[in-house]
Amino acid sequence: MSVPVLSAQVIGKSYGSGANRFDALKGVSLDIQAGESVAIVGKSGSGKSTLMHLLALLDDPDSGVLLVEGTDAKKLKAKELNRLRNQDFGFVFQQFFLTANATVLENVVLPLTIAGVGAKERKSRGMAALEQLELADKAKNKAKNLSGGQKQRAVIARALVNNPKVIFADEPTGNLDSATGAVVEDILFKLNKENGITLIIVTHDTELAARCDRQIFIRDGLEETADSPTGTHKRGGAHS
Amino acid sequence: MKFLDIVRSAIQNSFRNKLRTGLTVVAIFIGAFTLTITSGIGTGVTAYINGQVSAIGAADVLTITKAADATATASDGPAAYDPSKSTTVSLGNGSRPGSTIQALTTADLAKIKATAGILSVDPAVRVSPDYVEYAGNGKFELTVSQTGTITTADLAAGAQLDNSSSSDQLLLPTTYLDNLGYADAKAAVGTTVSIGITDYTGTQQTVTATVVGVQNETLLGSGAGLNRSLVAHLHTVATTGEPAGVSAGYATAVAHFDVSATKAQITAIKDDLSAQGYSSQTVADTIGAFETVINVIIGVLNAFAVIALIAAGFGIVNTLLMSVQERTREIGLMKAMGMNGGRVYALFSMEAVFIGFLGSALGVIAAIGVGSLISNLLANGIFSALPGLQVVQFAPASIAIIVGVVMLIAFLAGTLPARAAARQNPIDALRYE
Repeated sequence: MSVPVLSAQVIGKSYGSGANRFDALKGVSLDIQAGESVAIVGKSGSGKSTLMHLLALLDDPDSGVLLVEGTDAKKLKAKELNRLRNQDFGFVFQQFFLTANATVLENVVLPLTIAGVGAKERKSRGMAALEQLELADKAKNKAKNLSGGQKQRAVIARALVNNPKVIFADEPTGNLDSATGAVVEDILFKLNKENGITLIIVTHDTELAARCDRQIFIRDGLEETADSPTGTHKRGGAHS
Repeated sequence: MKFLDIVRSAIQNSFRNKLRTGLTVVAIFIGAFTLTITSGIGTGVTAYINGQVSAIGAADVLTITKAADATATASDGPAAYDPSKSTTVSLGNGSRPGSTIQALTTADLAKIKATAGILSVDPAVRVSPDYVEYAGNGKFELTVSQTGTITTADLAAGAQLDNSSSSDQLLLPTTYLDNLGYADAKAAVGTTVSIGITDYTGTQQTVTATVVGVQNETLLGSGAGLNRSLVAHLHTVATTGEPAGVSAGYATAVAHFDVSATKAQITAIKDDLSAQGYSSQTVADTIGAFETVINVIIGVLNAFAVIALIAAGFGIVNTLLMSVQERTREIGLMKAMGMNGGRVYALFSMEAVFIGFLGSALGVIAAIGVGSLISNLLANGIFSALPGLQVVQFAPASIAIIVGVVMLIAFLAGTLPARAAARQNPIDALRYE
């Protein structure tokens, strides 16, 4: 078995202290292999978002070890961490986080701008990503003038533009109607199948979760063991 | 993120909330405007004073008089006669009415000459011509500037006096031109005028001299400047028929020292002279007090402008803190995408510096426009009696310094919000609703 892209070993995270202490995650272990699509499923407040944030190295676990391609994340220097976030990870958020007054293209090339890529290359790579998501004609529009589905496609284009190894998607269809949501799902799974990008989706949508290779159920900060997609279905249905 | 991209995004970001940025820019504008105007007044007045200083005397010149007798106070009555003492002479124009001073004798001049550091000494020979006339246009009284010989004049036309020349030269003040019958300053240059002077026996004689230049009026009155040759010539004529044995006495003498002398060296020369019983003054001493007053006024005005700028600095802090607050998510996103804290810091600092630049550049431009306009109006209005005075003048260097200082203040004001932005945790920022 090859070295997992991400490997969590009994990671925990808590917020606050004393009486207000809240254990968001109480020790979860999981391995994610390259090219997999994994759904992290749970109710709101279950700790699923915290888990994703830890996996995406946006936050440090209080306990346990997180390995990135076999390396302890704690031993990564700030510079390497930034490079990893910038080049190996892509993020898709429910709330989009697009800069409203900037153009679609400017939003999409943000990771390249941060990486210090030249303006010309930025434009060509940004346009390529937009074409892949059929948004090339909107490149010069202001981000605020896009529809919800277009915004989410722009966000996916932004996640893609650096050719990442892993895409983290936090409720990617949460703010979309079901038809648009289905289109966005198709795009994400196509990227997973055709480009081999590892997909980590946080969702409470069981149908979306069912499309992933693997589901991880989080409840009250712990993983629930359930293997069958059908079981997922029932439980998820109850949640949503 | 490349530096250029940071600058570009910072500029774009500052225009995102135009009203807020605009108001902050106005605050900085007021400070920069005031600072530019006060510094302009400083430059203008200083330039004028310096012009006047060169009219009073050169930098390497000491005006020497005999120190006043400390014992001869009014209540003691007259001092006992001392045949070795020279007579007193009136200082004439410009001194306290009725004040007299011990005259300098030739022996005194030799003593002064022997003082270390003094290169040469010339008695201030006073000549009193009766009239000046040009081309038969009538005779007019001629006032001679006592310091005209050694000073550098503020010229309206022509050239400075040449003291090494053996030809007789003079500089006419602009006010003489009309009466003497010249069309303008240029027309006077190169012409020959005749000067009438009465000799010791009461006979009027005429000396001719060439007008080498025309000088602007100064604060210190308008007299014609004569070169050394002409002064000597007139003195010779005036003393014609003087019986032998009349002792020569001079109210003042002019001593030259090394132009590169340091302040300490000048003080040493002055102390040396004072120990020998002579009081001496450089031009700087004469004008120094006046300049100090001007500098204090300018300093106070500048202090007010700086206070305005500091207030504007807090405006920047406020603007940027709000901006950081508003853009929490965006900062979090950039950090999640691998932007390091330093770049985030740079981005917000740059925005502060840009706001500072915008306010100061606009303030400086407006100040130059308004200042030049007012200066011209004043020069033709209430200051028309002081030709050459441009109250507000702008030196490029001080303008650059003002813009630089304002940008520095803006940068310092921006450090607090920029640090707040750089320290944000991507997760807290992205969760922020």
